Amino acid sequence: MPRKASLNKLLIIGSGPIIIGQAAEFDYAGTQACKAIKEEGIETILVNSNPATIMTDEGIADKVYMEPLTEEAMEDILKKERPDGILAGFGGQTGLNLAMALEEKGILERYKVKLLGVNRESIEKAEDREEFKKLMQSIGEPIPPSIIATTFEECHAFVKKIGYPVIIRPAYTLGGTGGGVATNDKELELLCQRGIENSAIGQILLEKSVAGWKEIEYEVMRDSRDNCIIICSMENLDPVGVHTGDSIVVAPTQTLRDEEYQMLRDSAVKIIRSLEIEGGCNVQFALNPDNGEYIVIEVNPRVSRSSALASKAAGYPIAKIAAKIALGYNLDELKNYVTRETSACFEPVLDYCVVKFPKWPFDKFRTASRKLGTQMKATGEVMSICRTFESALLKALTSVEIKCDGMRIPFVSNLDNEGLMKKLAACDDERIFCIAEALRRELVDVESLYEMLRIDRWFLNKIKGIIDLEKTLQTQPLTKELLYEAESRGFTDTEILRLSGVPREVLQDIRIYNDIFPVYKMVDTCGGEFDAATPYYYSCYDGEDEVQVSDEEKILVVGSGPIRIGQGIEFDYCCVQGVWAIKEMGYEAIIMNNNPETVSTDFDTSDKLYFESLHIDNVMNVIKKERPYGVILQFGGQTSLNLAEKLYSRSINILGTPYQYIDLAEDREKFCQLLGEIGISVPEGMAVTTQEEAFAAVEKLGYPLVVRPSYVIGGRAMQVVYSDIELRRYLKEAVSISAEHPVLIDKYVQGKEIEVDAVSDGEDVLIPGIMEHIERTGVHSGDSISVYPHFTLSQEVEDTLIEYTRKITKALKVVGLVNIQYAYDGNKIYVIEVNPRASRTVPILSKVTKVPMVKLAVAVMLGRKLKDLGYGTGLYKKADYYAVKVPVFSNAKLTNMDMALGPEMKSTGEVLGIDTNLSRAVYKGFLAAGTRIPTEGTVFVTLRDPDKNAAAAKTIGRYAKAGFHICASEGTGAFLKEAGIEAEIISYQQALSQIGEEIHILINTPKVANRPESDTFPIRRKAIERGLPVMTCMDTAAAFLIAISMKQNETKLEYRPL
Amino acid sequence: MENMKEKMEGLIYLEDGSVYRGYGFGAKATKVGELVFNTSMTGYQKILTDPSYKGQIITMTYPLMGNYGISDIDNESGGIHAFGLVIKDLCKNPSNTNCVKTLDEWLKEQDTPGVWGIDTRKLTKKIRTQGTIKCVISSEGISIEDAKRICGSQELRGDWMKEVSVKERTSLGEGGCCRVAVLDFGVKANILKSLMSRGCSLEMFPYGTSAQEILDYQPDGIFLTNGPGDPEEAKEAVRETAILLRDADVPIFGICMGHQILALAAGGKTYKLKYGHRGGNHGVYDTETKRSYITSQNHGYAVKMESIMLGGMEVTHLNLNDGTVEGMAHRELPVFSVQFHPEASPGPNDSQYLFDKFVTLMKGGKNHA
Repeated sequence: MPRKASLNKLLIIGSGPIIIGQAAEFDYAGTQACKAIKEEGIETILVNSNPATIMTDEGIADKVYMEPLTEEAMEDILKKERPDGILAGFGGQTGLNLAMALEEKGILERYKVKLLGVNRESIEKAEDREEFKKLMQSIGEPIPPSIIATTFEECHAFVKKIGYPVIIRPAYTLGGTGGGVATNDKELELLCQRGIENSAIGQILLEKSVAGWKEIEYEVMRDSRDNCIIICSMENLDPVGVHTGDSIVVAPTQTLRDEEYQMLRDSAVKIIRSLEIEGGCNVQFALNPDNGEYIVIEVNPRVSRSSALASKAAGYPIAKIAAKIALGYNLDELKNYVTRETSACFEPVLDYCVVKFPKWPFDKFRTASRKLGTQMKATGEVMSICRTFESALLKALTSVEIKCDGMRIPFVSNLDNEGLMKKLAACDDERIFCIAEALRRELVDVESLYEMLRIDRWFLNKIKGIIDLEKTLQTQPLTKELLYEAESRGFTDTEILRLSGVPREVLQDIRIYNDIFPVYKMVDTCGGEFDAATPYYYSCYDGEDEVQVSDEEKILVVGSGPIRIGQGIEFDYCCVQGVWAIKEMGYEAIIMNNNPETVSTDFDTSDKLYFESLHIDNVMNVIKKERPYGVILQFGGQTSLNLAEKLYSRSINILGTPYQYIDLAEDREKFCQLLGEIGISVPEGMAVTTQEEAFAAVEKLGYPLVVRPSYVIGGRAMQVVYSDIELRRYLKEAVSISAEHPVLIDKYVQGKEIEVDAVSDGEDVLIPGIMEHIERTGVHSGDSISVYPHFTLSQEVEDTLIEYTRKITKALKVVGLVNIQYAYDGNKIYVIEVNPRASRTVPILSKVTKVPMVKLAVAVMLGRKLKDLGYGTGLYKKADYYAVKVPVFSNAKLTNMDMALGPEMKSTGEVLGIDTNLSRAVYKGFLAAGTRIPTEGTVFVTLRDPDKNAAAAKTIGRYAKAGFHICASEGTGAFLKEAGIEAEIISYQQALSQIGEEIHILINTPKVANRPESDTFPIRRKAIERGLPVMTCMDTAAAFLIAISMKQNETKLEYRPL
Repeated sequence: MENMKEKMEGLIYLEDGSVYRGYGFGAKATKVGELVFNTSMTGYQKILTDPSYKGQIITMTYPLMGNYGISDIDNESGGIHAFGLVIKDLCKNPSNTNCVKTLDEWLKEQDTPGVWGIDTRKLTKKIRTQGTIKCVISSEGISIEDAKRICGSQELRGDWMKEVSVKERTSLGEGGCCRVAVLDFGVKANILKSLMSRGCSLEMFPYGTSAQEILDYQPDGIFLTNGPGDPEEAKEAVRETAILLRDADVPIFGICMGHQILALAAGGKTYKLKYGHRGGNHGVYDTETKRSYITSQNHGYAVKMESIMLGGMEVTHLNLNDGTVEGMAHRELPVFSVQFHPEASPGPNDSQYLFDKFVTLMKGGKNHA
C-alpha cells in the first residue's frame, strides 16, 4: 500500500540528551526519519531537547521544538500543532516511554493523533516482562525460567527454586540500568533493590542466567502486509553475561551453521509478527554452543543502537525504511537506496566482516568499576570493516583511540603472569588485550581460554592467529609475502616495524617495489551482485580498487571517532555541517570516520564516505588515494586535531588555522608568552616535569592550584588541589610525570567562567554569542550550566571579551573556529584555555543565534572573508531569549564513579532550556535534563571548608525559606547555625541510610573527589543511584532553587518552535 | 599486487584469458566448469552438496569460509557436486559443536579443488558484468598455458540432470498421507525431507522414466525436482512431463529445474540469465497472497514470461529485483511450480507454505493454484 493519504503533518519525538545506553544513534535514526518523511511532502515537527544534534538543525524538520520531553510540553505542542500522527520509535526508550504515557493518559486520543509504527500493545508486549513471557509462550518461543518481581522476597523464593546465577533486569530502563548477575544472596539483595528502584514501573525480571552461551542478534523489519526481512545478524564475541553494548560484536554471525542461522531467523520473524511491529525491531538470542538450543533474551520494538550498527554494517538505512513503513509503504514498494534499482524487500548480504568495539569512559573515571556485566557502561563505539576478521578487529582497536597500534597496551604488557591471569578472569574492558598477552606469553592455549571465558573458539583461534603472525614477523625476514600477509590481517606499520625490527625505509621500499597498498571496496548491500550507486568505502588488502577518484577539487573532513565524555555528538554535528558547507562551496566533500552511530557516517551525507580507522596510516592512505586540495581537522575535536602534527610533517595542506599555531595554543609556555605580548593575562602557572619542580611552583603560586597533564581531552586528569597532600597524591596516582609528559600547574582563579566561540578569518572575528557559566571556575565547562547570552557581565567586560577574542584570534592566526574560555574574578579577565577547533557549544550557538558557524568556518578556510559573508564581525546581535544549557550525566550507570563536579568532565550529554525569561529557561533546562525537582522535603547539606561562606549560607537559607527541612553534617551544621539557619545535625551514617527515604535533595561539596573511602562518597553514590538531585557545587544548588520555586508556584511554561 | 602471487599454486583461469591467483586447498586437482557466484553468508556445505551445482565452480561472495567446518548433518546429497570452490579466506580452525572436519579436509576427501586468497568481489563483479563464464580451477600449480589448453579442450555440458538423477526407482518414506512420484533431476535432500515430514511417501524415478510408468504408480501427486544444467537439454523429461500434464489428473509441483521443465512441457520457453540468481536473499512477490517472501535461489536459467501464458499458465511469483518469473500455476489444473527453493537449505524458510499447498491439493483440498 502506498503511503496513507491522511497524513499531512507528523510529529517525531527525539531521544533527548545523550546518556549511556542512548547516544548518537538516535540522532542518526531521527535525522533519517525526518528526511524520509519530509521528502514525502509531509510537514514534519520535531521535539527534542538535545541541541547538539543534526536532527534539531534547520532544514531537517520543518519545525523544531527544542523543549523538554515531558508530558506537559508534549500536550501543549500537540494542542498547538495538531499533527495527524506521531512517530515515537526513533527516540529510543525516551520516545517510547513518552508516547506510552501520552497514550495512556488519553492525550493522543484527545488531539486525534495516531501513534505510527508501533502501538501501545506492541510496546507493552515487548517491554513488560510478564506480557513478553506470555507472548513468547503463546507462540512457542523458548525463554529462560523467570519471574517478574516487585519485592525482594519474591526474588529470594525464586532463586531458592532455580539456583544461582540469576540475571536481574529492571523493566523499562535504558541500557540495562540497574541490572546485573547475582551469584549469591548478598548480590541478589543489592541488585533487586536497585533494579526495582530503577524501573519506571517498579518491576524487575529475574531469570536463570544463560551466561556463557553465544549471544546473537537479528535486526528485523516488518511492514503492514506482514512482509519481514532480516537486515543483519550479529554475533557477540563476548558471550551472554556482558551487555551487548559493552561487547565486541561481529557481523554477520560467524560460527552459526545455516540451520542454526535459519532457526534464529525464523524465531526473529515470528516474534516481530506476533508483536505486529511496523518498522524495525531488534531480537537478541542466547544460543547454547554445546547443543544448539536457544532462548530469546530480549526484544527492542524500535530502532536502537544495534539497528544503527546494523544499518552501517549492512548499508541498509533501517530508520529511513522504518519511517516509510510507518507512513504506510510496504517493503516491496520501496527501492534499495544503495543500488537504486533493486527492491528494498531483500536481505542485505555482506562481503566483508564488521567488528564493533565499545568506547568506555574508564580513562576518565578512575574509581569506576571496570567490570563488564549486564549494565552497559560504554559511551560510544567504533566500527571497522575489512575482508578478514583479523583486520577488522585490529582496525577497530586502532579506531577506539586508546593509543594502541596492535593487540597490546602498556598496562597489560607490564603485568606479571599472575596479575595478567587475574585480570584476564576479571572480565573488564581490557580483556581482549589480556587474551592476546596470555597467548603471546603462552600461559594459556585456546582450549583453556575457552573453558575460562566461553568466548567461542573461533574468535580465540583468530586472535591466536594474530599472535602467531606477530611471532613470524619477529623471527622471519620481512619478505613481500609476509608484509602482504601482515597488512591483510590488519597490522599497522608501527606494529610491523616494531616486530620485524626493519627500518621504516626498508618497509617502504618493499611496499613500493611490490605495490603493497590498500585498495578500497564498496559497501553495497548485495555482495557485488548488483551495481551500486553509493560511495561508501572501506580499505583492505586485496586485488581490485573500486574507488573512482574524480577530477573535482576535494576536501577531506576527518571525523571525531567514537562518542566519549568530552567529545560527543557536537563534533559530529560540526563534521556534518562542514561536509554540507564544502559541497555548497562547490567542492567534493569526503569524510573519514569510524563511528557507526552518527549522521556523518550515513551513506548520503558526504560525496564520499571512507569508513575507516583514524589511525595515521589509514588517514594517509586515503589522502594518497584522493589527493584532496586540503584536509579539515578542526571539526573532529581532539581526535582529528591530534593528527595535525603528523599531517603537517607529511606536508599535507591543513585548512584553517596553521599547524604551528594549533601547536602553540597547546604549548603552555609559548602560549603564555604570546598572550603576554598582546597584553592578555593568563592565570599564573608553569609546566613542570618533576615532583621537585612541582613543589617549587607551589612556593611561587600558592594554593589553590589547577593541575593537569598537557594535551588533554575534556579536562582528563585535571584537578583543583588545595594542599601538599592532594598535590603529591595527584602526581603519584593520576599522572605519570616525566620530561615528555609535563604537568601544568596554574593558579586557580576563582570567579565567573565565560565561554566564547568565534569564527575568524585571520583578520576579523565574528562572535555569535557569549555564554556565561552558572558555576564558577573549577567546574569543567562541559559540566557547567551555561547561559546564552551572558546575564551578569557589564558592557565593559563584554567589550573586553570581544577585544581579547579579536586579539587572540589574530595572534594565533585562527582561520575557522575557535573556542576560548575566560575567567573573570571581578577585576580582571584571564584566559584559561584556547581551543583552535570546533567545540561543544558550536551547535548550541549556531541554533540559538542562527549564525551558521561551521558554514562560515568552511568559507573562511577556503579564502572567503567574514565581512563578505553577511553576518558581520564582532559580537553578533543578541537573541531575544535565553538559552540555558544543562549538562546531563550517566552517573548512575557507572558503579563507583565519583559524580562530584570538578575540572574533569563527567557529563555525557546536554539539553537546552529556551525561554524569554531566564528563570523559566533555567527551569526548562532542569526539566529537560530529567532532574527530579522536589517541592518539599529534606535537604542534606555537607560542605567543604572553602564553601562555608556567606553565599553558601544564603543559598541554604533560601532552601529553608522554600519550606525544606535542612539536615547537615556536624561541621556544616555548626556553620549554618552560626549563619542563623536551623539545621538538624545527623551523622554521615544516618544520612546514608536516609537517602531516598527521608532525604530528597543532597547538597554536598566534597573536600576530595574520587576517594571511595571518604565519608561523603557513598552518600553521593547512593543519592545518584536513587535518582536524587545532587548538587556538588553551591552555584548549581542556587540555580536549582529557581527550578524549585518555579515548580512550587506551578509556573505555566510556554513551548515554542525555534 | 598480482605479482606477489606468482608462486601460488591456486589458479583461476577464465575463458577470456583473465587469471586470478591464490592458494590451493582441498584436493590437488584441476577442473573445468562454469564459474558462478553465490551470495549466501552461511550454508557452504549445503551449497557444495546441492546437485544443481554439478559442473559449476562456485565463488562465494562472503569472504570467510569454513568457519563452522563440516558436519554430518548438512549434506544435501551424497557428496560434493560442484567442481570447485573459490573463496577469499579459509578458516583452518572451525568452531561448531557439529563440526567433524574442516572444509579443507572435506574438499580433499571429496576430490574437489579449492582456491583461497582470491579477490572474490572482483571476480563476482566480473561475472556480473560479463556473465557466467567458462573457467579452470586448479590447486596444483599448473601454468597459465596449461590452464588455457585445458580450458580449450573441454566443453561445458548442459545435460547434468541426466547424470545426477537416481539410477533406479527408489521408495522413500512411509507416510500414509499421499503417494508422490518424484521425477528426479538431482534432488536436494531437504525437498524430500520437506515432503516426507508432511506425511508423504515418495517414489523416486530416474531421469528418462516414461510418463506411463509414472502414471502406473498411481501417484496422488507428481513432483519435479531441482537439478543442474540447461532445461532445454532435458528433452526426454520435457516430453514425458507434457504427457503427464495432459494425462495425469493429480497435482503437479515443480521446483527450479522442475519448474523450467514444466514450463517447457507447457509449451513455454526458457533462457539463460546473464549470471543467474544464487543466494538466500532475493525477495519474491506472490501475486496471489500479495505478499513478498525472502527466498533461497539457485538458477542460471529462467522461464520467459510471455511464453507460458499460451500454455495455460499464469505467473504467480515475480522476482522483486529484476522482475523475472519466479513461479507459475496452471489456470485450471492443480499444477504449479516455483523457480526458487522453498525447501531453503541453505536459506530462509519463508516459503515452506508451498509444500503445504501441494499436500493440500493432493488431499483434494481447494487450495487451487
